Amino acid sequence: MIEIVSRERCIACDKCVEVCPTGVFERGPDGVPLIARQSDCQTCFMCEAYCPADALFVAPRAHPLPEPPDEADLAGRGLLGSYRRQIGWGHGRTPGALLAVGPPLPDAGGAVPAASPANVIIS
Amino acid sequence: MTELDLTADVLVAGGGPAGAWAAVKAAEAGADVILADKGYLGTSGATAAAGTGVWYVQPEPAARERAMASREGLGGYLADREWMARVLDQTYANMHELAEVSRYPFPVGEDGAQIRRGLQGPEYMRRMRVRARRAGVRILDHSPVTELLVDSEGAVAGAAGHRRRHDQAYRVRAGAVVLATGGCAFLSKALGCDVNTGDGALFAAEAGAEMSGMEFSNAYAIAPEFTSVTKTAFYSYATFYHGDGSVLEGAGSTRGRSVIARALLSERVFCRIDRAEEQVRRAMRLAQPNFFLPFDRQGVDPFTELFPVTLLAEGTVRGTGGIRLAGFDCSTSVPGLYAAGDAATREPICGGFTGGGSHNAAWAMSSGTWAGQAAARHARALGAGPARRPVRGTGGAGLRPSTGARQPYREVVEAVQREVLPYEKNYLRHGARLAPALAELDRIWAQARRALHADGAETARARSAAAMAAHARWMYASALTRTESRGMHKREDFPREDPAQHYRIVSGGLDEVWTAPEPGLITVAAAS
Repeated sequence: MIEIVSRERCIACDKCVEVCPTGVFERGPDGVPLIARQSDCQTCFMCEAYCPADALFVAPRAHPLPEPPDEADLAGRGLLGSYRRQIGWGHGRTPGALLAVGPPLPDAGGAVPAASPANVIIS
Repeated sequence: MTELDLTADVLVAGGGPAGAWAAVKAAEAGADVILADKGYLGTSGATAAAGTGVWYVQPEPAARERAMASREGLGGYLADREWMARVLDQTYANMHELAEVSRYPFPVGEDGAQIRRGLQGPEYMRRMRVRARRAGVRILDHSPVTELLVDSEGAVAGAAGHRRRHDQAYRVRAGAVVLATGGCAFLSKALGCDVNTGDGALFAAEAGAEMSGMEFSNAYAIAPEFTSVTKTAFYSYATFYHGDGSVLEGAGSTRGRSVIARALLSERVFCRIDRAEEQVRRAMRLAQPNFFLPFDRQGVDPFTELFPVTLLAEGTVRGTGGIRLAGFDCSTSVPGLYAAGDAATREPICGGFTGGGSHNAAWAMSSGTWAGQAAARHARALGAGPARRPVRGTGGAGLRPSTGARQPYREVVEAVQREVLPYEKNYLRHGARLAPALAELDRIWAQARRALHADGAETARARSAAAMAAHARWMYASALTRTESRGMHKREDFPREDPAQHYRIVSGGLDEVWTAPEPGLITVAAAS
């Protein structure tokens, strides 16, 4: 779930308020978004993908953490903005879609093929 | 607060891929289009948050034949070759448009040709939003539809809803409506699926439409315990273990998934993706960065360390049941009402089973295209009248309670979840467990019909709760009717496929739920 909106990094662009599909954020009094409805967060990471300032952190747990993680620690581990970086969004980056050639996968119900040029990605 | 009153030729409810394609194609056909989504066109739904394979097959007869034949048996021979052929054609065309019109950055193979067999959800849906805007579609984000409007003849004539960020009711009077609201995953927190609460199926039923294939609604996806990331395909490279480190025999990502479900009833199940070579591991990271988020952020190496897994319900998102279609134009039995994507039944191309995104993605873009085009034709044929038609709302449960009592939506959501999420009820099906679950769901529905209600922005939540209750009842009524195992629907008390039940099951009704065999099913040749 969403755990952090970094006051230090946020540029108050409202992007997360706009794109969150479950309406988790509200614009705060000073423009920095508030996590107004954390329990509605579906841990889809889309807000992180759209945040131009790497100011958000979605913990992979689908329930709130007892305490929000330490922002400096996350930054130190390179986790702030890591999803946006991996999908290649942001100026000067190569779109992840351009590189998204997955491993060979079995068809539903089948075994893994030994090797196949027909690389696909499947959800 | 004054209501926002709009008119359009076509209203599309839902902003996932099916809704986006419907809106684009209706607009390109000359219609004035409004798309309303409960979230945001671009991030809403099961696709945007994921990556998906696409059932993309070169228009070469042998390849097409193989593609159509490959899953007919898994689907219980309930799919239809003509639908499959049409979807393969349409998907091929739409993927070309994604490359040419939307300039989607497909990977390029060694032969220099684009590899168009998959889509990254965020990139795909961001570009679909841009295309919808450029086509002139008016987009209402954060504006859940809460009911359909009908004219005096009962034809669908628009929809009403609520704009959450403005706390304002709205209605759109339209010549035709496309429901592309997704399937129903019962707020299980499966990746991207919490917006998929089956709302469109409830709206359709209230307007008089039927469902089909609702017994094919027991999809469960593997995810690391306590997370949302339901990317099952890569688990084909995994081994599953008991807590003591011994191998859980028979467990697997595809046919062995029920073994995992059974084990999870009494123990934790662990996993390690230990059959992936270095090259495969690298490809996985490129193909699905989000698969690794739970691992990287919890400091787990999934290739060398054991991690606990769970199964999350994906209901009719990955299951194939949904609103019954009346024709290739994705019309329903109600004039002016069309359905596309997971909101519609996917049986025409999948029968009673689908695995990963492949067919589902192809279905969304194809059915969305057809529904949008047909809705535009329907609206045009009506002329200028639709905006002036007197209309009435059709919404019942959660919107217009039959008594003055007020039941909170959370109570209904939790009661429905207790009946549909447990593996022993929905996944490992048995008549002795389905029947009491259905009786309880009937009770939940009856109470909700009397008292479930919420105001303003919460109206949509009450409607979603009602939709989940309705969905669950069609599911279990259909599952009890099908006294055999076919497709994903496996009955422990009827473990075999029964040739006498080679038909689709139609269902419907709200206060009284009914099921019936589909009349005149077009069967596939292989079924004999």
